[in-house]
Amino acid sequence: MKKQITLAMALSVALLFGCSSDPIAEDGKPAVEDRTPQPVPPPGTQGTPPAQPRVVPPPGPSRGVPLDPLKDPSNVLSKRSIFYEYDSDVIKEEYRPMLQAHAKYLSANRTARMLIQGNTDERGSREYNLALGQRRAEAARRMLVLLGAPEDRIEAVSLGEEKPRASGSSEADYAQNRRSDLLYGGEF
Amino acid sequence: MKRILQLVAAGWMLACIATHAGVARAQLTIEITGGGGSQIPIAVLQMAGESRLPQSITEIVEADLNRSGRFRTLYAGGVNPAPTEPAQVNFAEWRNRSADAMLIGSVQPLPDGRFEVRFRLLDVPKQTQLGGFAYTLNASQIRVTAHRIADFIYEKLTGERGVFSTKVAYVVKQDGRFELRVADADGQGAQVALASREPIISPAWAPDGTRIAYVSFEAKKPVVYVHSLTTSRRQPVANFKGSNSAPAWSPDGKQLAVVLSREGGSQIFLMNADGSNTRRITQSTAVDTEPSFSPDGQSLYFTSDRGGSPQIYRMPSSGGEPTRITFNGSYNVSPRPSPDGKTLAYVAREGGRFQVTVMDLASKQTQVVTDTQRDESPSFAPNGRLILYATELGGRGVLAAVSADGRVKQRLTIQAADVREPAWGPYLAQ
Repeated sequence: MKKQITLAMALSVALLFGCSSDPIAEDGKPAVEDRTPQPVPPPGTQGTPPAQPRVVPPPGPSRGVPLDPLKDPSNVLSKRSIFYEYDSDVIKEEYRPMLQAHAKYLSANRTARMLIQGNTDERGSREYNLALGQRRAEAARRMLVLLGAPEDRIEAVSLGEEKPRASGSSEADYAQNRRSDLLYGGEF
Repeated sequence: MKRILQLVAAGWMLACIATHAGVARAQLTIEITGGGGSQIPIAVLQMAGESRLPQSITEIVEADLNRSGRFRTLYAGGVNPAPTEPAQVNFAEWRNRSADAMLIGSVQPLPDGRFEVRFRLLDVPKQTQLGGFAYTLNASQIRVTAHRIADFIYEKLTGERGVFSTKVAYVVKQDGRFELRVADADGQGAQVALASREPIISPAWAPDGTRIAYVSFEAKKPVVYVHSLTTSRRQPVANFKGSNSAPAWSPDGKQLAVVLSREGGSQIFLMNADGSNTRRITQSTAVDTEPSFSPDGQSLYFTSDRGGSPQIYRMPSSGGEPTRITFNGSYNVSPRPSPDGKTLAYVAREGGRFQVTVMDLASKQTQVVTDTQRDESPSFAPNGRLILYATELGGRGVLAAVSADGRVKQRLTIQAADVREPAWGPYLAQ
């Protein structure tokens, strides 16, 4: 019984760290470096490579799945943020190609829906900033509709200053937070 | 093995509760940072038999009076036995201590476990009794009784109604989580009305003090809820397409003004308190937001940038042509009329500083009343004497209170947390 309690306490202490926000980082490096070229183990197995070269040909990769264009970093559709000048909801020219791509995607995919969240930096009244964020989101929505996107599948909302991406008070932080984000269904 | 897992689970839960319980109880501490002009010197004597109470009642009375900034509490010790009647008081002694008034009283335990508290407020120069009461209470009612005594003293000696028995609501942000809390006006006894992983803003008390409206972002967009403090149940009253925010109660408690973007932009709408009968009352292509009813319910003050920069306007609450109220500077927001309707508190930006400012509505004279620089959300105490607001000090969000003339100053902080979005509750029916 005593051993069980000690073990239980040890495990509790270990789990207690799960209460706090920082998990203990895991070091995935193997203790010994094996320089023999080895195939990449399929996902889900342990990382330790075998000592001998394999004689059986390694299994092939899983069946290919097309990359999700909305998440593929090489696709402009994965670009989801528009940044603004202070007190402005003007969308700069540089964002036009990206908005064009999103408008096209929304038209082509009839079940796709989008939420645009407008944001501001932290200076000033929260409710007035909520309204400014709304202006930014609606300007983005208007441009998408002008570029051919269906109006009824895009909702424009504001988060005001409440969900900043950058938590500091420098001009660079503020610039990060003056922003509209484009989210697709399943992401909100 | 099963036994080990059970013990582990129990140990882990206890540890988690222990870690978080202390944090949840972190309370609002209030310090006075500036005194008022003329303060009434008063001696609050310990009551005869007070040590029989589990908690000192006169300590709470003294703290209340001090916090108001209107009183200077004097050293009241060195008198044994404590007088319980005017005839037992050595008035000359208290004149020597410069007291204008003094509080004496007694506490008697009752056979049923309750207590009887009697107190008398005396005028020292005139050597007369100004008033006195007896209360029967149990130990859990000590704080409430102390606040009532402090209210009585405040009203008798200043001619104004005291706010020691009122409540304040505010939002705490800590470790990435948000809580809407309701506490006594002295910061004690905070209860959590809503705990969320997403922001909560704009709490607004219903005039009868039983409900609070607020904006929550839990749905990844702003939605207005009305929350009952008596049942702990809540109802979304504005959850339209787009953003829903800035709830403000009409003085009769039957309607809410809100800001909706469902017709494009941010415009002010009126609705019944249950969310029905929504109708638009501003008609502009600008931002119209932050509605706030005048105390007689006839007008709405609001923020609008229809003139090119955010300024404060007033319009009939049933709709109609707005009149511009602020003309100094390029950023005037967050209007809040005083309970007597004669003064307007708001936030003005000047040279990069955002500061609470008051305007006398008859003369249009304005005065900046704070020395902090990132002020938001002014809220009047129901007696119009103090303005509670949010600001930033030492890199974190704190609340502050200032008297309407700028002289009394308080700071309200919670350790290791950001406090914001204060709302002072109304007088409660006794």
